[in-house]
Amino acid sequence: MIQLNVNGTTRSLDIDPEMPLLWVLREYIGLTGTKFGCGIAQCGSCTVHIDGEPVRSCSTPVSAVIGKHVTTIEGLNSPTGKAVQAAWRDLEVVQCGYCQSGQIMSAVALLAHKERPTDAEIDAAMQGNLCRCATYVRIRAAIKAASKQPV
Amino acid sequence: MKTDRIVNLSRRRFLTESVAAAAGLTLGVLPIAGAGMRESGPGLAGSVPAEAGDFQPNAFLRIGRDNSITVISKHLEMGQGTYTGMATLVAEELDADWEQVRVEGAPADAARYRNLFWGEAQGTGGSTAIANSWTQMRKAGAAARQMLVEAAAERWQVKPAEIDVKAGVVSHAASGKKARFGELADAAAEQPVPQDVLLKDQDEFRLIGKRMPRKDSPEKIDGSAKFTIDVRLPNMVTAVVAHPPRFGAKVRSFDAAGAKAMPGVKHVVQIPAGVAVVAGDYWSAKRGRDALQVEWDESNAFSMSSKQILEQYRALAKGPGTVGRNQGDTAGALAKAAKVMEAEYSVPYLAHAPMEPMDCVVRIDASGCEIWNGEQMNTGDQHAVAGVLGIKPEQVRINMLYAGGSFGRRANPKADYVLEAVHIAKALKSGVPVKMIWSREDDMRAGFYRPLYLHRLRAGLNDDNQPTAWQQRIVGQSIMAGTAFESMMIKEGVDQTSVEGAANLPYTLDNIQIDLHSPRLQVPVQWWRSVGSTHTAFAVECFVDELAEAAGKDPVAFRRSYLKGHPRHLGVLNLAVEKAGWSEPMGPGRGRGVAVHESFNSYVAQVAEVTVRRGVIYVERVVIAVDCGIPINPDVIEAQMQGGMGYGLAATLASELTFKDGRVEQSNFHDYLSLRIDQMPEVEVYIVPSTEPPTGVGEPATPVIAPAVANAVYAATGQRLRQLPLRVV
Ligand code: FES
Ligand code: FES
Repeated sequence: MIQLNVNGTTRSLDIDPEMPLLWVLREYIGLTGTKFGCGIAQCGSCTVHIDGEPVRSCSTPVSAVIGKHVTTIEGLNSPTGKAVQAAWRDLEVVQCGYCQSGQIMSAVALLAHKERPTDAEIDAAMQGNLCRCATYVRIRAAIKAASKQPV
Repeated sequence: MKTDRIVNLSRRRFLTESVAAAAGLTLGVLPIAGAGMRESGPGLAGSVPAEAGDFQPNAFLRIGRDNSITVISKHLEMGQGTYTGMATLVAEELDADWEQVRVEGAPADAARYRNLFWGEAQGTGGSTAIANSWTQMRKAGAAARQMLVEAAAERWQVKPAEIDVKAGVVSHAASGKKARFGELADAAAEQPVPQDVLLKDQDEFRLIGKRMPRKDSPEKIDGSAKFTIDVRLPNMVTAVVAHPPRFGAKVRSFDAAGAKAMPGVKHVVQIPAGVAVVAGDYWSAKRGRDALQVEWDESNAFSMSSKQILEQYRALAKGPGTVGRNQGDTAGALAKAAKVMEAEYSVPYLAHAPMEPMDCVVRIDASGCEIWNGEQMNTGDQHAVAGVLGIKPEQVRINMLYAGGSFGRRANPKADYVLEAVHIAKALKSGVPVKMIWSREDDMRAGFYRPLYLHRLRAGLNDDNQPTAWQQRIVGQSIMAGTAFESMMIKEGVDQTSVEGAANLPYTLDNIQIDLHSPRLQVPVQWWRSVGSTHTAFAVECFVDELAEAAGKDPVAFRRSYLKGHPRHLGVLNLAVEKAGWSEPMGPGRGRGVAVHESFNSYVAQVAEVTVRRGVIYVERVVIAVDCGIPINPDVIEAQMQGGMGYGLAATLASELTFKDGRVEQSNFHDYLSLRIDQMPEVEVYIVPSTEPPTGVGEPATPVIAPAVANAVYAATGQRLRQLPLRVV
């Protein structure tokens, strides 16, 4: 049995400790907002927070998060999280939307460290999150809007 | 063109069968066969028999007693904003309250939901969604509005002409009476269906032309949007497929013992595409596949390398191909020319690589087969699945979910990945739902690519260095050959999608010849966002720059002088260069390039500003002008210009799929490079005001960026780069 704290709820799961957190979230807990894009930490679609830090859940064995707090897009309710989601909506960032849970999780983690990131800091922090729809212009703008900087 | 018949579905079915909230008014518009048909993008005319005279209703709209308005989209939402667009067209004429409108994907049913540009088939592609629905959806909304008005007039005993409708409220000023749509829905359903509706003039639009918020945003921001990969059904199993290492290889034998020994693995079954490993979850299935031993028969497998292919194409380009356009006497003009310029352009194979890898959920039961999919080729897939299962197409029920991108990939003419999932479900025989998921490696290596192309261009110049003749020879695999579209899209031996963007060269020259070689290779190929224009725009717009230079003219002035009679090309060109500040000087190592191109009846010009430093191309600013007819939603248009350009920029700077001895060399995003945020330039988008019917915006920005950047690199460095992805030497 593995004890997992996800979005504030503790669950006991009978799963292989090596299974990547991504698939545990998606297929055993039913939190499908976190997406599979590459499986090798190259695209960022699977980004979640572990104790507040952004982590690629596709490449994190579930055993590595025992005793830690996992937050997924479904559990994002910090003021920063809400501000980012609101900016995403106001600026109409999404297209296909598939990468966007990961983008938002990375953006929230960035703003938790840097209240007012510059363009270069945004690019550096978001560089691991691919968007094949290339919504990058609006991602940049939305992060600025969420951090109350002129867009 | 408009002879549509509008049918009230409410009385036929929905009033009796639906639950109270959903009951009310449901309307459809029946297009008469042939109305509005034209050839554009993939068509399915050959594969689906038309049943003349047998028309069932197209249901596009449902008004509930709870005031909810559901627009049923016949087109797939894959990021391009279709759901919002469909809703806007209906809501505009309905005078609905935008907040009340929601959108639902239509079931697969060509009789009701066909793409009016695709003959009798339902599907999404070729940037046709808005263009083919423009009149149809507005009529659906207008007819419903009229029935609501009639119902109110009857109830209030007033004249219909005295009734006003605004933002979901029907009102009569003189009596002060008001009703919301929901209160009138049942009564409206009893009204006769208007056969002729008056549509608004452009200056009466309240939603069209406004930045209406996207309908799919909220659920894509909170993680609740459902993609195929998110479907969960009772007893569902997950499958992964071991595909052959090279195209054309077949399973000789396999040993399932290792796979079956992995925890969670339930079945190992052979299917035509390879061997499927089925487990309770994806990770277990994938581990099972890693442990599976397959011996492949590679005796007939593809064995070429990209270099060899290019060499072969170069040799082919020496001899004449099948002529796709012939105007004047190109050979004669070249022979007489004072000078002949010649250049070779080439582009590699490309994967579509949408963020959501190919996936599909299938359940086979006694009544047929049910599919959950980001469904882009509804009718084609229905027929293909029916063929495999030996059932009728209408027994294949398809749930159209959001697609996590596609860029053409999910509209596979052979229904490839859908059939893989169907074959697995069929082999299991148990009726359990199967979710097949491709890994990213499968997505890169299991095929269907934008073909590699080589262009050989020759231009004759007169004594003043002005062009007198244009000859363009294109070599590359035909996308349409061997598909259901062959008869429609291959004309006199020329695949129209191989030459589009070149055969319709807009520059006014007396002598133009375009010819084509379509070698057959085992590499499976498919349309990729903007199809033929992905390569023709690059070759044409770069070579035009070369001609401008030869003529001693500025690239913009040169284009202008040869685009007379093409006002829409000129319109976007002039707008883009004006906004970009075309003639402002740039510093050393920097350059500005321009390109203009029409695809899918939309016109796009782009000006790119680049800096080249230590061999790296930095694209810093891109100014885009677009003419797509009446703009439906400027915000969505702007987003498609940004994103479409960005998708093309990835292929301009980085993406390349190569073969070595028949094997694909790339496997995932670490070696198949995509555009990342730090490579995304600043983008400005300007929309040309228009009164023309709207045309597509999903694709037309994509092909323009490669030539704009290549021309900018030339301006910055003096290097003409004629191969994608661009590499400064
Ligand atoms: S799926 Fe984890 S980084 Fe791509
Ligand atoms: S919105 Fe489609 S991949 Fe980012």
